[in-house]
Amino acid sequence: MKPLSLPDMAKKAKKLRRHIIEMTAKAGSGHPGGSLSATEVVTALYFKHLRHDPQNPRWPDRDRFVLSKGHAAPLLYSALAEAGYFPVEELLTLRQLDSRMQGHTDMTVTPGVEMSAGALGQGLSFGIGIALAGRLDRRDYRVYVLLGDGECDEGQVWEAAMAAAHFKLDNIAAIVDRNRQQIDGWTYEVMDTEPLTDKWRAFGWHAIEVDGHDLAQILDALDEAKRIKGKPTAIIAHTTKGKGVSFMENNLEFHGQAPTADEAERALKELE
Amino acid sequence: MAVEVSVREAYGKTLVELGKENENIVVLDADLAKSTMTQFFAKEFPERFFDCGIAEQNMMGIAAGLAASGKTVFASTFAVFASGRCFDQVRMSIAQPGQNVKIVATHSGISVGEDGFSHHSIEDLALFCSFPNFTVIVPADAIETAQAVRTAAATYGPFYIRLCRPKAPLVFDHSYRFVLGKAVMMRGGRDVTIIATGLMVAKALEAADKLAREEIECRVLNMPTLKPLDEKAIIRAAEETGAILTVEEHLQHGGLGSRVAQVVAKHRPVPMSFLAIKDFYSSSGKPEELFRKHGLTVEGIEQEVQQLVRRKD
Repeated sequence: MKPLSLPDMAKKAKKLRRHIIEMTAKAGSGHPGGSLSATEVVTALYFKHLRHDPQNPRWPDRDRFVLSKGHAAPLLYSALAEAGYFPVEELLTLRQLDSRMQGHTDMTVTPGVEMSAGALGQGLSFGIGIALAGRLDRRDYRVYVLLGDGECDEGQVWEAAMAAAHFKLDNIAAIVDRNRQQIDGWTYEVMDTEPLTDKWRAFGWHAIEVDGHDLAQILDALDEAKRIKGKPTAIIAHTTKGKGVSFMENNLEFHGQAPTADEAERALKELE
Repeated sequence: MAVEVSVREAYGKTLVELGKENENIVVLDADLAKSTMTQFFAKEFPERFFDCGIAEQNMMGIAAGLAASGKTVFASTFAVFASGRCFDQVRMSIAQPGQNVKIVATHSGISVGEDGFSHHSIEDLALFCSFPNFTVIVPADAIETAQAVRTAAATYGPFYIRLCRPKAPLVFDHSYRFVLGKAVMMRGGRDVTIIATGLMVAKALEAADKLAREEIECRVLNMPTLKPLDEKAIIRAAEETGAILTVEEHLQHGGLGSRVAQVVAKHRPVPMSFLAIKDFYSSSGKPEELFRKHGLTVEGIEQEVQQLVRRKD
């Protein structure tokens, strides 16, 4: 795919946000908050950094993006549709019976979706499997796994973190969407994961902190991860849940709740 | 007494053969390679073997990622950990997408013995049979194990193969050919059918020999594939012998007995009886001592058959 310029990427991010609002509003359910927080990360990947071909989703040499926080499916679908994996109109079938836009991702039905996710904590392990296969097959693709910061409560994340460093995998990067909120409240109240960046370092990872809404910073970090040899890289992306819509920002109600028709209208106005 | 051979060693050695034939095969273990016998593969193909440490959930996820990238993956640990500890990982990462992962679990059932109830895997068949997309196999001896492992490698999709710790008496010779989803008639008879799996097959055959002296002729079916189940063989057994006893080294619910009963109840109701692990957790003990506690002995089978025959009209 032809990479976009920074200004075009910013426009694309806004477009993805509009899709997220429209899809979840139409479905009447879904997870807009954590989709909006990771929008720049996913935009930077699909419209600049990743080596991929929407016409050939199973291309063996493609870079893999693994969405571990499967509830951000509306974000991933929006990016895939805008990249050309399937028609944009299909987005509005989110959460409908037999739709390819399942509530949480299903790798067996949606072109471009690498992993079925939804139960948290499993994506990094899955990504390690893909990275090991790449090493065995001597393919130079890279693997990017997007985790939620609340998801880092799961023990399996740290089993995987330990293993990726142990196997000296430098073809995998974890990106943590650090929006500081989880369903029951602020992460520091529910289950404090701090010092999060130090934890990744202690597990043997190279770790970078970025403003997760700054496309240039994200792209720099992704390039840095590519240059680091002999160990995996974690990018802690500091973000705001519900980013881009004033009344959704840092508003926990929109973690797992769709906007009403009226709210969607107001949100789309802000995203013009 | 029949010759006893390790089913785990049969698994380990078959893996090495498969590794030589197919470079796409990758093997994972969770710090139990010496017990599950994946150590043979690890020695022969170190670059295709990954020890995941004592982190079974992570192992199942790695297995799924490797499989999604085109590998045929064998993942081994003890049956308690493969089933209970990783249920969610197996469900979402392996069962739902139908990944090409073969979970070969050892030290199943109560024949793990002295380790005690933390290590007695008595629920695993109920758990694995509950997954759509999964194929579930319990081999009866080393010869069947080797063939089941080969079949799993050659058949796309998720498999659970359940092996025991002790050596198992050989019930087959090398002319045997395992067929996925098919019961094996081990002995003909018209009075009653005993359907057994795993270590219980040899016991069922011994019991059938003894019962023949009392002029009770038992048909003995080995049922290595629990899912998909050979419904035809079960219906035929019900029609032709009029009574069925199931024998398994697993809880009385959710395993062989439950699955056979469902077929019998729907298609051809006949008197049935169930020898299985009773609904409690056992203590440490020698395998045969534990089997006695649950009636999983040759004498237990004989008594159960005698009672069952009396229930036939």
